[in-house]
Amino acid sequence: MSAESLSASEHRRGVSKQRLVALIRKEARQLVRDKSNVMVGLFLPLLLILLFGYGLSFDVRDAPVALVTEDPSPTAQNVLAGFYLSPYFAPVPLVSLNQAIDLMRAGDVDAIVYLRSDFSRNLARGDAVVQVLLHGTDPNRARALEAFAQGAIAQWSAKRIAAGEMNRAAPPITIESRQWFNEANNSRFFLVPGLVVVIMTLNGALLTSLVMAREWERGTLEALFVTPVNSTEIVIAKLVPYFVVGLGGLVLCLLSAKFLFFVPIRGSLALIVFTSMIYLLVSLGLGLLISAALKNQFLACQVALIVSFLPALMLSGFIFDLHSVPSVIRAISRVLPATYYVEALQTLFLAGNVAPLLVRDIAALSVVAVILLVAARANTRKELA
Amino acid sequence: MSAALYRTVVLIKKELVAVVKDPRSRIVLFLPVLLQSLLFGYAATFDLNEVPYALLDQDRSAASARFVAQLDGSPVFERVVDLHNANQISDVIGTKRAILVVQIPDDFERNMLSGRGAVVQVITDGRNSNTAGVAASYVAAVVERFNAAWNREHDLPDAPLRVETRAWYNPTLETRWYMIPTLIAALTMLQTLMLAALSVAREREQGTFDQLLVTPLRPGEILVGKAIPPILIGITQATIVLLIARYWFGIPFQGSLVTLYSALLLFTTACVGIGLAVSAFSLTMQQAMLYSFVLLMPMMLLSGLASAIDNMPDALQYITLANPLRYAIEMVRRIYLEGAGFDVLVHQMWPLVVIAAITLPTASWLFRHRLT
Amino acid sequence: MAEPDTVLALEARGLTKRFARDDTVVFALDDITFQARRGALTALVGPDGAGKTTLLRLAACLMRADEGSIFVLGMDAATQRQAIQDRISYMPQRFGLYEDLSVQENLDLYADLHGVSHEQRAERYARLLEMTGLGPFRTRLAGKLSGGMKQKLGLACTLVRSPELLLLDEPTVGVDPLSRRELWEIVVDLVERDGLSVVVSTSYMDEAERCSHVVVLHEGRVLTRGAPDEIKQGARGHTFIATSTIPQTARALQAALIDTPEVVDAVPRGGKVRAVIREQRPIELPNVGFESVEAGLEDGLMMLLHRQASTRSASAAMLDLAPERRNAGPEIVIDVHDAVRKFGDFIAVNRTSFSVRRGEVFGLLGPNGAGKTTTFRMLCGLLPATSGKLHVAGVDLRKARAAARQNIGYVAQKFSLYGDLTIRENLEFFAGAYGLRNARKRERVEWALENFDLREHASDAAGTLPGGFQRRLAMAAALLHEPQILFLDEPTSGADPLARREFWRRITSLAEQGTTIVVTTHFMEEAEYCDRIMIQDAGTMLALGTPEEVRAQASAGGAVVDTMEDAFIAIVELARQKAERSGAAA
Repeated sequence: MSAESLSASEHRRGVSKQRLVALIRKEARQLVRDKSNVMVGLFLPLLLILLFGYGLSFDVRDAPVALVTEDPSPTAQNVLAGFYLSPYFAPVPLVSLNQAIDLMRAGDVDAIVYLRSDFSRNLARGDAVVQVLLHGTDPNRARALEAFAQGAIAQWSAKRIAAGEMNRAAPPITIESRQWFNEANNSRFFLVPGLVVVIMTLNGALLTSLVMAREWERGTLEALFVTPVNSTEIVIAKLVPYFVVGLGGLVLCLLSAKFLFFVPIRGSLALIVFTSMIYLLVSLGLGLLISAALKNQFLACQVALIVSFLPALMLSGFIFDLHSVPSVIRAISRVLPATYYVEALQTLFLAGNVAPLLVRDIAALSVVAVILLVAARANTRKELA
Repeated sequence: MSAALYRTVVLIKKELVAVVKDPRSRIVLFLPVLLQSLLFGYAATFDLNEVPYALLDQDRSAASARFVAQLDGSPVFERVVDLHNANQISDVIGTKRAILVVQIPDDFERNMLSGRGAVVQVITDGRNSNTAGVAASYVAAVVERFNAAWNREHDLPDAPLRVETRAWYNPTLETRWYMIPTLIAALTMLQTLMLAALSVAREREQGTFDQLLVTPLRPGEILVGKAIPPILIGITQATIVLLIARYWFGIPFQGSLVTLYSALLLFTTACVGIGLAVSAFSLTMQQAMLYSFVLLMPMMLLSGLASAIDNMPDALQYITLANPLRYAIEMVRRIYLEGAGFDVLVHQMWPLVVIAAITLPTASWLFRHRLT
Repeated sequence: MAEPDTVLALEARGLTKRFARDDTVVFALDDITFQARRGALTALVGPDGAGKTTLLRLAACLMRADEGSIFVLGMDAATQRQAIQDRISYMPQRFGLYEDLSVQENLDLYADLHGVSHEQRAERYARLLEMTGLGPFRTRLAGKLSGGMKQKLGLACTLVRSPELLLLDEPTVGVDPLSRRELWEIVVDLVERDGLSVVVSTSYMDEAERCSHVVVLHEGRVLTRGAPDEIKQGARGHTFIATSTIPQTARALQAALIDTPEVVDAVPRGGKVRAVIREQRPIELPNVGFESVEAGLEDGLMMLLHRQASTRSASAAMLDLAPERRNAGPEIVIDVHDAVRKFGDFIAVNRTSFSVRRGEVFGLLGPNGAGKTTTFRMLCGLLPATSGKLHVAGVDLRKARAAARQNIGYVAQKFSLYGDLTIRENLEFFAGAYGLRNARKRERVEWALENFDLREHASDAAGTLPGGFQRRLAMAAALLHEPQILFLDEPTSGADPLARREFWRRITSLAEQGTTIVVTTHFMEEAEYCDRIMIQDAGTMLALGTPEEVRAQASAGGAVVDTMEDAFIAIVELARQKAERSGAAA
């Protein structure tokens, strides 16, 4: 009797495979049977992939622009011809500036390109001005339009010079600009890797933030605690099924990146998957920690949203660059695991296997994953409050 | 006070007490708004204050030195490393030490003095093509200033055709001006909708909704009683963000407060309508939370918050027509930055009225007809 | 290291547990000392908040004691938590079954967690499924089981392996008499056949009476302990059956008796009243005859509790409703004709007809899942009937539910007021929701605080209070607007005997003042308080009449009927046999 019980308790100190498998099976069944999990686990990633992929774009196309010329000469008309050919603009030809200003005030056009009545006379003198008035509320868009307008006009000048119709006065310095990794300047290239980060964060933190809290709220833990099960087993069993769901989301993301949005994968696919797995552990660990600490589904969900998802969207360098934020906020973003994951994924997708960068990112993610999982384990004590 | 009005006021009072009483929910309602508007206010900008760049000067001439001095003199450019050969470029960009490399070829000075014009290579890190574009445009601006000065000194004529730009409403083209006012609407929506979505679902789950339904309160009264508290909380949250925008970030408010608050009232009412409809449809809090989350995500993304609606494909642009945040963001921006009045905003206001007019009665109908 | 004790299953020495609530320290257990023997059934009884659950949780090592120690099977709970948990099984009051797992999956989970081998499992499952009658439902999701079946599954999960000690926390709360009887048969069988040690907390005295040892807790202290007979001893000679010599309902006589200071306890029984009297002789009361009877455990317990100065007597629970409301409106206040309610294909209520007169106390009885709650929800206008007519307070519910609501009060089965609001805020809100204003509102709220003994905790959040307070608050809130009809769904479920006396005393005064009461209960002896009762099973009405008539109907079926519980079981079983036969015939 005592020998048998001794060996039994001996056996119970470590993680038991039988118990672990039983718990994992239970979690997996619950996950599959709860429709709202399926909703967040699979439907939401799909929705996000499509929305982010198609809806979020910084590429300006067909911007309504008022073209106002008070100069009826063919030269003036000719200058503006470039705007009609450009894919960036949807020109609205007008003859009066006041009319254009009204349109701009009403927000119906994003910019006004204005040629004064003395335009062709001045041009002949070699001192003409094209005025571009931008609607500045969206500076990003305004800046892009400014560049496109300058480009259209520069192209026209170049043609004229080539045709010998205009004096060549080469500027002392011209810039030859090359954008590495994304020559086509397609914003999807950097948004899609970011999208993977957002989905991994969501899947992990939001779903797991509910699981422990749900057991507390439904009172299912009291009976579970009075079994030989230990906290490590509870935590691992919660992780495994959601890890699999997270990998499912990852596969969806990678497939759509490659075949729907044609984002190049220049680094190693294996490294992408490996880094993603570590990040998945980070977000699962965070969700579990929140859930175990708060024991309340509503609060856990709100906190998970506030500490994981929104920062991953706003502070990780996914959309907004971190070179211009105050140092306090940059410090916060450097603590965020999502920052490292964004950096690693954008690099692996677009730049390739840049060893020093990736080693740093993966190391940072691994450290955070270990800290969060240990903390989640420490917060799952087999005791009632 | 009529009996119906009295009962409604009693319900509103109870709802407010229940929300404000719990210290945890007080924190969850107001602290995140405060922190987020500060954090995102700083973070949500496409402007660059600091562009770490690497220099590969293959000319090492007086002219190149002058050009580099001009770059370094600009407050945004920070030279992090000097390169010695072109092979080093890929490393410095790849590891993100610099987001930009300026390469000055060895014929730089010669070409400039000969009048042929020199070429400077700029290589940017396209992993975030948006940032890359902005950084490149900053170099272009430095070059433009340099050219003008050079031409003046060497008595050269200016280019025959110049482009003169001026930006309205935001003369320095600061993104912060653009982003922060939108937070007034976006941050408010998150919790207003969530709060409304949970209100009925929580009562259902805890069984108190039945208790409410056996009182003489009619569905319409319950609706109003449930709608007004989150609207009030939403407007309070919006006020917090407004104050931060105006006084912390110092963005001048051009419009009238009456217009702004009218717009916000319509907006929060539409959000609460959606939230209550979700709530009346859900049987548990968990469902309410997840459903509203599944709604909130697209609403945030398809609102023009992060990227302009005009950049989206047509199909998605049509979907945004049902998104209250789309109208709210446009209205708040235009009121805040452009000082727009009711006359221009009519087209943004009536869709919100329509959304509220559909969702609120739906919620009210579901109160009694979705039974367990 | 102590060897497992061979005599004692549980031993507490000076056990103390404190909780902090709103700056004040509350003693859940205060210096508890007692022993529970191996191989025997030990009952923990006592009023709400006596500390029964805390004691069991300490024994299960789910909490730590602040002072003193508790030894489980000879091992110290403070140091040998896992070793203890390996040897005991514990069934919490709310056994958290995983509702999205099937019966079999729940069993498998606990078998795996306890490391039960596959050979042992086959034998164990067969016995458990047979005992609990869950065999046919192995693939059903636990969430789809009725309340009684859930409790039995909880017990089965607790028993997937042979523990040395079984801890049960109020295993039969909210369970109908049939399931309750089956559950106890399982437990007794385990004790007798396998020599299992069991410690069970309960508020049913008939359950405690089956135990070999009873520990009475009161406000965190041990009031007394001993065999049921020893506890009965205190009431020996004090217990009488009182009979009225004039035409009077048992309820009225019970009320008259319990209001008499010399009477410790009184409950209606079989048309008469069982009374415990302070002295060992009958009291002088006009038109009432007394006859001495054998004391029961409940009588003994009531004597004990009566000696506690802090125990409130049920007679304080009087209501004083405004007299103008007494005689208004029609005589029949609830009229149900051929009511049917379907959920998809499932018929929850099948062609039910009955009517209730003003001032009547009408009891709805039935096993879990019989359709009582559905009937209730239809009467309260929360659920439209699929077909049939329902008139409540003279109003057709299909047409004017809002108008009917002004006249009814509703107390739901589980506590369903606002847990984060204080008692006063809850009362003020419901007063307002019923349209009471200003002085009238203040007056009614004060009335509720006073008459339901809530003033002491008026500014505490309702959710943090013990069940007894919550039940009183729920009833007070439903009476603020002085409704004509009061609906109560299992109002005494989980309540201790004292609280139940108090509750029924209030009901009696309400009925006297002309309020109509419709009530469901799982305590069959409580049916004796009702003027008429209806028994439902599987949506169908099986019996309708006064308690005597129903008893008579049951005996006519050939059963031996001593108590209301016997009558109930006989009627339901007879109907089920008939249904099976006709089902088999079809």
